[in-house]
Amino acid sequence: MSIRFVIGRIGLWLSVFLIVSPAILFFLWMISLSVKFEVDNAAYPPVLIPEHFAWSNYTDVLASNRFLTYFKNSLVVTGTATLLAMLVGVPAGYGIARMAAKKSAIVILIARITPGLSYLIPLFLLFQWLGLLGTLWPQIIIHLVVTVPIVIWIMIGYFETTPLELEEAALIDGATRWQVFRHVALPIAKPGLAVAFILAVIFSWNNFVFGIVLAGRETRTLPVAVYNMISFDQLSWGPLAAAALIVTFPVLLLTIFAQRQIVAGLTAGAVKGG
Amino acid sequence: MSSVFEARTGAADVTASAEREWRRPSYWPFVIPALVVVLAVIVFPWAFTIWMSLNEWKVGSPTIFVGFANYLRLPSDPRFVEAVAHTLVYTLLSVVLPLVFGTFAAVVFHANFRGRGVLRGIFIMPMMATPVAIALVWTMMFHPQLGVLNYLLSLVGVPAQLWVFHPATVIPSLVLVETWQWTPLIMLIVLGGIAAIPTEPYEGALIDGATAWQMFRYITLPLISPFLFIAAMVRMIDAVKSFDIIFAITQGGPGTASETINLYLYSVAFTYYDLGYGSAIAVILFLLIVALAALLLYLRQRAQWTEIGGGA
Repeated sequence: MSIRFVIGRIGLWLSVFLIVSPAILFFLWMISLSVKFEVDNAAYPPVLIPEHFAWSNYTDVLASNRFLTYFKNSLVVTGTATLLAMLVGVPAGYGIARMAAKKSAIVILIARITPGLSYLIPLFLLFQWLGLLGTLWPQIIIHLVVTVPIVIWIMIGYFETTPLELEEAALIDGATRWQVFRHVALPIAKPGLAVAFILAVIFSWNNFVFGIVLAGRETRTLPVAVYNMISFDQLSWGPLAAAALIVTFPVLLLTIFAQRQIVAGLTAGAVKGG
Repeated sequence: MSSVFEARTGAADVTASAEREWRRPSYWPFVIPALVVVLAVIVFPWAFTIWMSLNEWKVGSPTIFVGFANYLRLPSDPRFVEAVAHTLVYTLLSVVLPLVFGTFAAVVFHANFRGRGVLRGIFIMPMMATPVAIALVWTMMFHPQLGVLNYLLSLVGVPAQLWVFHPATVIPSLVLVETWQWTPLIMLIVLGGIAAIPTEPYEGALIDGATAWQMFRYITLPLISPFLFIAAMVRMIDAVKSFDIIFAITQGGPGTASETINLYLYSVAFTYYDLGYGSAIAVILFLLIVALAALLLYLRQRAQWTEIGGGA
């Protein structure tokens, strides 16, 4: 029994190692690429830890004016699209849950299935017609396609599981529906708010397809900006990897610190934006 | 609970009307703002896409109603037919591989070991990370001369590959990235299923001397099959729609060797600005996802029937 236990443990740890190593090795290599000079990045056999660290890869990216503009664009687009989605999506999730209007969620499902590009064709024309191209508004509006369904979907799930007794008691005491929502339902659903917010932020931040069509030179978000770096700086891997790491760093940080919320949100709705 | 209320409403007629009012209050005001947004950014684009697909609609030239002409063009468009084939191969591989690895990972992560939380966090990083950033690093790793992958292959004596730079290996290489990226989501869904299984069946099986594989095959697998189905469905939808990774790494190349329907749709709509034809492709792409979802549902139902029939 005890030998069997030891073999089992060894097998388990081997399996764990096997499963986790692709992710660990990839991100280690990503970091390695980003801190190496071109000589080391072009070396064969490849070098994991260089003798001299090229911190300039990072400082160059951060010091460029353009990059800061793109960073700001990403913040504005993701921030606004997420806040707007919370503003309309949280009450909607509450309303749908209380009306037990599960069928209305089918719209959310269709939105989940539809490829992002399908929204782009008509909305591209609409934005052109409205003269909005060249501003950040087209991207903010189209990012709602990603954020609103996530928020509604997750909030329906949370409000469905919150107890009705308290709300009924408050209504009997003469509270309005809005007061009940604001002071009874919302505080109970706080964990759900966090989940919806975090997932909306991540999927909006990561979104690429809307940006490549709608973003101009001055209105690029970070993923689009990084993609454009590929076509121009094909050969300088260090700065490219550094830029890629900076773009995805906030998301990785969120993944580590909000793992519980992310797991809860993803397994509840199995939603993904875009 | 409700009987208490009924008793009270019966007692006093005055409160009855007041209570009827709060029992079924209208929650529409909560939903209307979101409804407006959904109508504007989801329903309107949908309706407009269908309308556009019935028109010859090119940027810079007048719009002509052509009925189903755009759809009739599709079967005789070799690039579209090829894209459908690429999409089906890409999707099949990108569903099956993550499903197998994800289930294995879920079984492992269900076990108790030190550092499980942290390792699970690292494990799910690939699917949360910005796809374009990841694609960029994979592109560097795929590089035939300087890439780290060929170096790793050389360590175990495998000859160097051209990865995404050769038509024959480009789709498997992209599937490798897709699998790396999305196995964690399958793991999370399946892990939810495994966590819901009671421990009694395993205890009984242990007493009967069952091996770990037997326990997995005859207890775990049947009980998690609903979760596997959901995982397969989610994966299928995302694989058909896959865009970021393919676009950032190969743009559908070399040539059109990795051009899926979604990639072709992008070219038609935003490189050639043939918006009518692009809309028709968008509609067909959506219908393909619905059709594949129906196929999965059908397969699941048939599997259930044979399960019942075989078990009896």
